[in-house]
Amino acid sequence: MLPGLSHEEILRYSRHLLIPEVGLEGQRRLKAASVLVIGTGGLGSPVALYLAAAGVGRIGLVDYDVVDYSNLQRQVIHGSSTLGILKVESARNRMLDLNPDIQVDVYNEPFTSYNAMQVARDYDLIIDGTDNFPTRYLTNDLCVLTGKPNVYGSIFRFDGQVSVFDARRGPCYRCLFPEPPPPGLVPSCAEGGVLGVLPGTIGTLQATEALKLILGIGDPLIGKLLLYNALDMSFDFVNLRKNPNCKVCSPEPEVTELIDYEAFCGVPGHDHEEGTVGEGWDITVTELAERMQTGNHLRLLDVREPHELEISHLEGATLIPLGQLASRLSELDSAEDMVVFCKAGTRSARALELLLSAGFRKVKNLKGGINAWAKEVDPSLPIY
Amino acid sequence: MATLRIPTPLRAYTGGNNEITVSGNTVGDALNDLVTIYPALRPHLYNGEGSLRPFVNLFLGENNIKDLQGLATPVSENDRLLLIPSIAGG
Repeated sequence: MLPGLSHEEILRYSRHLLIPEVGLEGQRRLKAASVLVIGTGGLGSPVALYLAAAGVGRIGLVDYDVVDYSNLQRQVIHGSSTLGILKVESARNRMLDLNPDIQVDVYNEPFTSYNAMQVARDYDLIIDGTDNFPTRYLTNDLCVLTGKPNVYGSIFRFDGQVSVFDARRGPCYRCLFPEPPPPGLVPSCAEGGVLGVLPGTIGTLQATEALKLILGIGDPLIGKLLLYNALDMSFDFVNLRKNPNCKVCSPEPEVTELIDYEAFCGVPGHDHEEGTVGEGWDITVTELAERMQTGNHLRLLDVREPHELEISHLEGATLIPLGQLASRLSELDSAEDMVVFCKAGTRSARALELLLSAGFRKVKNLKGGINAWAKEVDPSLPIY
Repeated sequence: MATLRIPTPLRAYTGGNNEITVSGNTVGDALNDLVTIYPALRPHLYNGEGSLRPFVNLFLGENNIKDLQGLATPVSENDRLLLIPSIAGG
């Protein structure tokens, strides 16, 4: 039995009720539906807003972060007034302001193999709006194992991807990407950046697919992948086939329960920059400031991209972008004491691993990067 | 000559070019031509043993070459190859 609509709801949804493909019954279906949105960031913002506005009766939000200043360039569900507040709370407030007739459940916790089954249990549909590979593989496997559709969206700089992975009717994420890329090969948005409006485009497409699935109308993107490029303004569609040897959705799967996805991907299940090389190879910004005061020679190696120097730089540092480091090692002297830095410590940690494997030993990774330097040592520099 | 479309994450290695004209009678030859023109792309597409990395998806038109004849898939004039990256941003 589908729930009924009040007079207020009929007025609120009148533009939906006028479309024959939605109508009163469709709107009642939306009211009866439940959707879990993993991540309330760039993609999760438009997804959650439009699903709330459309009248999806029960929406779950999973995120464990707080709203940060650098989120507001694209995460339009949050605002200056919710800086520092839990993202799920900030998002729920905005959604209930938009539509008080819906139920918003919040899960202020990381989405992991331990809680994913429990959290997702009561929802019909899952929307993947996460920002990292481990959580994407987790979301996929969870959906395959529980027979729920996974509305997938992913972004980087100017590129976006959208698909509906429903293993009962087509391929899953692993059919297309059986293995994650090696750690460090694909930069995250925190490292590589993203055009602010891009998650708006991709997230809105995910919300569209979710509504179509709930309403049972149109052709869902099952077995198809949409590739969007904002610079070229191109939309390409490619066909996806079920991989007969898929480790999770084939008839004889290897993966029959949720696994350790951080170990599988070799990276942490979040997109925070917190590069560390390990015991003894890190140096803090205060330690660096003290060492610089002693006047002993110290080479500062900046492994960021040239355009980042305009934002902030350290006097006298040598610039070799991480991507060029392997081919430019001859420019460095392994006998020199050296401190490697980047924006926040992720790229420099990788640079240090490369230097260590090339035999350098007098090297340290600046924990927290130039942003930590700006925060704790030289407030005249901006944080980005 | 076929064209090969480069996604944003890999454009850093093609001097910013988004579409490269490549020659070759098969997908494998066309890819070889690509990494000859842009050697910095090679480690992103091939592993140490010289085979295509498992997370690299190459489509000829709308179809994954894995569903065709892999690197031996014939390529003809005016064909369009698409490299599909693994991206995780959200």
